[in-house]
Amino acid sequence: MFIDKDKTVREDGMTKLTTQPNLSRPDDFYEALIEAHRGLSDDQSRDVNCKLVLLLANHIGDMDVLKDALEMARKGHEPETAT
Amino acid sequence: MLQTYQYPEFQYVPPRELSSDTVTRKPAVVVGAGPIGLTAALDLAAQGVPVVVLDDNNTVSIGSRAVCYAKRALEVWDRLGVAGPMVDKGIGWKIGKVFRDEEMVYQFDLLPEADHKMPAFINLQQYYLEEYLVERCKAYGDLVDLRWKNKVTGLENNADHVALTIATPDGDYRLDADWVIACDGAKSDIRGMIGASFEGQAFQDRFLIADVVMKADFPTERWFWFNPPFHRNQSVLLHKQCDNVWRIDFQLGWDADPEEEKKPENVIPRLKAMLGEDTEFELEWVSVYQFACRRMEHFRHGRLLFAGDAAHQVSPFGARGANTGVQDIDNLSWKLKRVMDGTAPESLLDTYDTERVFAADDNLMNSTRSTDFITPKSPISRAFRDATLDLAREHPFARALVNSGRLSMPTPYAASPLNTPDTDAFKGRMTPGTPAADAPVTADGQDAWLLNRLGGDFTVLYFTLDGGVPDELKAFEDDPAGVKVVTVGPGGLADVKGLVAERYDATPGSVYLIRPDQYVAARFRQFDARRLRVALDTALGKG
Repeated sequence: MFIDKDKTVREDGMTKLTTQPNLSRPDDFYEALIEAHRGLSDDQSRDVNCKLVLLLANHIGDMDVLKDALEMARKGHEPETAT
Repeated sequence: MLQTYQYPEFQYVPPRELSSDTVTRKPAVVVGAGPIGLTAALDLAAQGVPVVVLDDNNTVSIGSRAVCYAKRALEVWDRLGVAGPMVDKGIGWKIGKVFRDEEMVYQFDLLPEADHKMPAFINLQQYYLEEYLVERCKAYGDLVDLRWKNKVTGLENNADHVALTIATPDGDYRLDADWVIACDGAKSDIRGMIGASFEGQAFQDRFLIADVVMKADFPTERWFWFNPPFHRNQSVLLHKQCDNVWRIDFQLGWDADPEEEKKPENVIPRLKAMLGEDTEFELEWVSVYQFACRRMEHFRHGRLLFAGDAAHQVSPFGARGANTGVQDIDNLSWKLKRVMDGTAPESLLDTYDTERVFAADDNLMNSTRSTDFITPKSPISRAFRDATLDLAREHPFARALVNSGRLSMPTPYAASPLNTPDTDAFKGRMTPGTPAADAPVTADGQDAWLLNRLGGDFTVLYFTLDGGVPDELKAFEDDPAGVKVVTVGPGGLADVKGLVAERYDATPGSVYLIRPDQYVAARFRQFDARRLRVALDTALGKG
C-alpha cells in the first residue's frame, strides 16, 4: 500500500530528459565549465560541482527529468562497496 | 545533580490473583505504562472497556527522553480529555533557527494555521506527560487497573487468548487476556517472547543528552547547529522545556566513549563553550544514546498487538517516537472495541497493521532522510550537505533542502481499504484517509471546537441549509457500531468564521463520514442512505 508517485512509468516509456543537442554554443559552455574549476583543489572542485548540481536541479524542478538524469549519469558504474 | 522534578512513587498493590487458584481472564491488558500504554488504557476506558496496565516500574519516565509533542498527538490526548494540563505546562514554540559554523544560515517559522485548538508543537518533559496521563487514568476508577511492579515474564500467544505470567514483589501469578497491547518500548520483552523480528538500520553515531537548568535569555525557539565553534564537526540541538530546563543534544560520533562523555567534568566544559563562560547553569541530567530506524514486519500477531517503540523505532530527529505511537493507539482502540463488541469483523484489526505499518514506513523514511543529512555517511554525501548549507545562506531553494528534522505530521492513510474513494467532486485537503481538520465553531452560542465534536463514535458531519436533518440520516444513530450525527448550520454547530465550510469544501447538503479516530472515511455532496451505509460498512472492514 506504499505508493511512490515518482516511480510511475510513463505510458510511452520514453524519458523526459532531453539528450538531443540543446546547447546553442557547446564549445563556449564546455570552456566555461572547465574554467569554473580552474586553479581549484580537488575538494574545492567537488564543492563547485555539488553546488552546480543543486542549482541546476532546482532550475529544472521536474522530478521525472532529474530521475532520468541521475539514472543516466550513474549508468555503467557498479557499486564498489555494499550499500 | 539538581532536581527540578519530584518523581512520584506509585503504590504497588499485591494483585488479587496472587492468592487465587483459578486464572482470571481479562478483556484487555496493556503492557507498559509509558506514554503509549497509558494512552491505550485511556482510550479503551473511554469506550467503557476495563483494562489492566502492567508496568515493571513504579514511577514515571526517568530523565530526559521525549520532548516535543505535535499537534496531532495533542488532538488525540484532547479527545481523551488530558491535553489541557500538557498544553498549560508545556512550552509552545514555532521559530526554528539553523546555524552553521559561527553564523545563522536561516530561520523558519512553522507558521501554524490559525484557528486550531491545539498548537503546532509543545515541549514538555516526558515525566510530566506521564504524570498527567496517570492522573487521568485515575478518573476512570476501577476501569483502569494500573499495576505497578508487575513484570511480564512469560507469554503464550494462543488463538483465542493470550496467557501471561507476571512477576511481582510477592511472587508470580497467571493472567489470561482476550487481547494484549504491547507498549513496552524499543527493547520490548514481549516482542522478544514471540521471537518477532525487528529489522532496519542502526546508525553508527552517538548523541549526548544534557538537561541544564538556567535562567537564560535565549528565546523559546528550536536552535540547530551544524559544525558550531563550540563543538566542531558535529551537530547540536537546543530545545527549551518547562521549569527553565533546557535540553541539549550533542552529536558525538561513533568513536566516542559513552561512559567518559557522560562524566560531568567532560560535559560541563562543552556546555560552557556553548552557553558562554559567564552563564550560570546547573546540570540536571546526562545520558548518551544511539539509535536505529527499524520496525516489526507486522504489528498484529493474532490477539497480541504492538504499538509505539515496541513496534517501530525511529531516529529522534523530527519528534516521531511518542507522537507516532500515540497515533497507533488512536488507530487501534476503536477497532479493538468494535471487534470485542462484534460490530466489526476481527479482520478490521488487520487494517491496524496495514495503516500503521504504512505510517511507520513514512516516519522511518523521513527520519532516515534527516539522519542522512545530519550525519552524512560518505565524503560525497558530506560535500552535498555542506554545499546545501552554503547555498542556503543566500538562496531560499536550498533552505528547503536543509534537513535538521522534518517535524512530525500525521500520515494520511491514502490507500486504506477503509476509505471510500471520492466519487463527488471536492477540493481541498480532507480526502478520505486524512485526519479531520479542526475549526472554531459555536454551539448554543458558546465557543467550541469542531474536533471536540468528532471522534469516539463514527460521526456523520452533515452541512444543513435549513436546519433539517433527513430521518434516514438520523436513523444511523441507532447503528450498533456507534454513530452520531453532528450538523453544521441552523440548529447545529455555527460555522462562525466560515472555516468549517472552507476546510471541508462543504456546501449545503454535504456529508462527511468520520471515523472514531477523527479520520475522514467518506464524503458526499448529498446524503444518500445507501451510499452512506456502504461507506460505514467499508470503514468497519466489512467491505
